[in-house]
Amino acid sequence: MTQINISHAKKVFDDVTVIPDLNITINEGELFTLLGPSGCGKTTLLRMIAGFNSIEGGDFYFDADRINDKDPSKRNIGMVFQNYAIFPHLTVRENVEFGLKQRKLDKKVVRETAEKYLKLIQMEKYMDRKPERLSGGQQQRVALARALAINPAVLLMDEPLSNLDAKLRVDMRKAIREIQREVGITTVYVTHDQEEAMAISDQIAVMKDGIVQQVGSPKALYHRPANEFVASFIGRTNIVMAELKHSNEGVAELHLQNGHVVVYPKLNHLSDQTVRVSIRPEDFIRVEQEASLNTFVGKIEDSVYLGLNTEYVVALSDGHLVQVTEESSFEEDLTVGEQIALTINTDKINVYCAEGLTNLSEVK
Amino acid sequence: MKNDKRLRLDMWGIAGIVILVTYILFLIYPVGNILKQSFYSTSMGFTLDNFTKFFSMSYYSNTLLNSFKVSITATIFAFIIGTLLAYLFAMFDFKGKKLLRILIIIASMSAPFIGAYSWILLLGRSGVITRFLSQFLGVQTPDIYGFSGIVLVFTLQLFPLIFLYINGAFKNIDQSILEAAEGMGVTGIKRFMTVVLPLLMPTVLAGSLLVFMRAFSDFGTPMLIGEGYRTFPVLIYTEFISEVGGDSAFASALAVIAIVIALSIFMLQQIVSLRFAFSMNALHPVSTKKVKGLKKFWVYVISYGIVFTAVLPQLYLVYTSFQNTSGMVFQSGYSLNSYREAFSRMGNSIFNTLRIPFFAIIIVVLFAVFISYLAVRKRNTVTATIDSLSMIPYIVPGTVLGIAYLTSFNTGVGGTGFLSITGTTAILVISFAVRRLPYTIRSSVAALHQISPSIEEAAQSLGSSKLNTFFRITVPMMMPGIIAGAILSWITMISELSTSILLYTVNTRTVTVAIYTEVIRGNYGIAAALSTILMIFTVLSLLLFMKVSGKDDISL
Ligand SMILES: Nc1ncnc2c1ncn2[C@@H]1O[C@H](COP(=O)(O)OP(=O)(O)OP(=O)(O)O)[C@@H](O)[C@H]1O
Ligand SMILES: [Mg+2]
Repeated sequence: MTQINISHAKKVFDDVTVIPDLNITINEGELFTLLGPSGCGKTTLLRMIAGFNSIEGGDFYFDADRINDKDPSKRNIGMVFQNYAIFPHLTVRENVEFGLKQRKLDKKVVRETAEKYLKLIQMEKYMDRKPERLSGGQQQRVALARALAINPAVLLMDEPLSNLDAKLRVDMRKAIREIQREVGITTVYVTHDQEEAMAISDQIAVMKDGIVQQVGSPKALYHRPANEFVASFIGRTNIVMAELKHSNEGVAELHLQNGHVVVYPKLNHLSDQTVRVSIRPEDFIRVEQEASLNTFVGKIEDSVYLGLNTEYVVALSDGHLVQVTEESSFEEDLTVGEQIALTINTDKINVYCAEGLTNLSEVK
Repeated sequence: MKNDKRLRLDMWGIAGIVILVTYILFLIYPVGNILKQSFYSTSMGFTLDNFTKFFSMSYYSNTLLNSFKVSITATIFAFIIGTLLAYLFAMFDFKGKKLLRILIIIASMSAPFIGAYSWILLLGRSGVITRFLSQFLGVQTPDIYGFSGIVLVFTLQLFPLIFLYINGAFKNIDQSILEAAEGMGVTGIKRFMTVVLPLLMPTVLAGSLLVFMRAFSDFGTPMLIGEGYRTFPVLIYTEFISEVGGDSAFASALAVIAIVIALSIFMLQQIVSLRFAFSMNALHPVSTKKVKGLKKFWVYVISYGIVFTAVLPQLYLVYTSFQNTSGMVFQSGYSLNSYREAFSRMGNSIFNTLRIPFFAIIIVVLFAVFISYLAVRKRNTVTATIDSLSMIPYIVPGTVLGIAYLTSFNTGVGGTGFLSITGTTAILVISFAVRRLPYTIRSSVAALHQISPSIEEAAQSLGSSKLNTFFRITVPMMMPGIIAGAILSWITMISELSTSILLYTVNTRTVTVAIYTEVIRGNYGIAAALSTILMIFTVLSLLLFMKVSGKDDISL
């Protein structure tokens, strides 16, 4: 198993710097996902690891081995492409055997290894078919077997599921996850689909404009996003302006823009300032009455029934609109225009500095 | 792929240099030589005398006018007939379409001068049809020689190009467009003129310009059937042949004029096709309708009539090849004598017709693979230059290239004796290869565009070196497209006349050259037998093409 170490990576295309200075460590056997909006440089970075893009700066290591100047064919990588890239003139078996033959292995070993991996992806039935007679999902399985069969140090996948339909995508990502665990190979996976990334990854690097915003487990990214970009890119969130103030006793309070005050002792150590509070839709909790101090009112502007949940658009007293999600029930009968009382699950909110760039809840 | 603009000295760099040097030697140098000869004389230095001579004497300049006249007239007729036939094919349901299509392709693939020769046998002064009509009906047929004969042969030879072009374009017209027109009360001829024809316009223009260019540069047809009506290629040929050893500067000037005209037409075509370019894609291509009654009768008469007329000269030659002959006179009775004589006297030409194009096609395929790969995947200044150079022969008429080669390699490159290949097999092989490369390069570029770069990257990621990837993955994937293109090039090579007539010697004479010389000498039996053999080669190659490409259609 192999650890990948990238330090100070730099990529320039015709005078345009796409990746200025990027550092990442990918641990042995980990499924590591590069996630980010279109054009943020995910494919570019992956192709730098593979050797298909030149490297303008920095060091790329597979364990202790610096690979910057190695030919792609010498890097011992397995690669799975968005468009499958199956060799159309070779049968399924010959496709899987292709990489093994380059390694000048014994004929028998080549055959047996190919069969082993075709079994692993459950394609042994189609061994002697030409790829043109396979479905997209089957072709992508063959591509996976072909990449794994050479026993590569790392597996690289660039949006391997984006050409498949929704149902197949879910099945395939499960299959990829299981096979990756079984083989235990260090894997770099590129996607712009955050749900897919959450479902499949050990670690995710969220990228924007060639810069890594945060690296973390799916759980950490969702609950403790490092900045506002990550908070809104992973899942959905409401951003509410607030003033951080301290009570006479020195307890931090968030004075939200609608006048509501949240007691937030976590930030006692910070000075008074303007902040941005990220509250996910499910962390607004509806209460039946304006019972205690901790509630505030809002007016329902719109509602969408989605089966499991119902989503409301709620106007706060200052006119600011927020999204509120609630588990749906048969009895619910809230109508547009109705007043409701809300409270906030303060454990789960995140507070960012006025620019949205640092998570103050995390600052110690 | 890495994005390097410099030429690097790996296999690709070396291939690029080899190809570039080849083009400099066999294209730039000979064509440049022609240019130099036309503007430069050792006694006077730079001079425009040759051009003044041409344009001031109507004896010469009229040939250019004649060429324009026949080419324009033939293009118009070819357009009308080709479009009519394509329209019938697209709109109506009738039997034997597949056979007719193959016959049309065969008709277009033969050498035009063979058609001219056969029409002389049919409609000439003592042609069978002429005699039949005057003897039994007392009808005097119009004169086949000169303008009308050339136009007849060109039209029948070239309408298939228009047909094939438009036939392809019809597949991109959606049925709903026709139905919409019908819904607005526009049907029949009116619908064709106002709706269909405008949609076909880009294709029509591209096809017509190609037809015009072919007609303009053909030399064999006017030579045989033109008699006193001299066209420009005929002038070039006769001036050059009669002036060998003397002043070839005038012939060079004529060649330069021919290149300039061809270049202008080519540019015109590029501009026109850009202006008219729009993309059509049919979800439901036009479907054919059943016809009944009188209409059905006319559909059959017109479509079968046109195709029959087009293949008639070929069929008649097959027939006469089995007749007993003595010189120009066909005797009664049938035998294989003509074939016997053809083999014994012209046997080597049959062998040459297979041998020379065979070598040429190997070069063509090799170069096409490398040039297309360089141009598509390794774009830089050098490869872009190669790409443009490889297209030049497309617009240089065959006669011109022949003259350029003869004058440039007679005493070797620059008179040094190096590469003095005049009279060898090599000069024919090279000239064939250079002339036909553009076609095969286009088809292999198209094949390469079908291959996603990630396929090659996949192979590399599996540990395959760049070289291994190229030979094991890229080339095999390109092959079907290249082979199909190469077979078409092969067919045009075996019926090539305008270059080989200048470059051949007794040992390198091809069948087309032999047919031409035998016709001139009046050995009609041998000419007919050789024509039949050539036709068999063409048909077999065509069948092979259809098998390889899996299509019973040729798209241009
Ligand atoms: N070969 C190239 N030449 C020039 N610019 C390039 C090249 N490849 C990528 N870029 C630029 O680099 C940036 C990052 O591209 P990249 O393909 O890595 O994005 P991505 O994150 O994979 O996006 P997507 O989700 O759309 O695939 C983009 O702005 C793109 O335009
Ligand atoms: Mg990408």
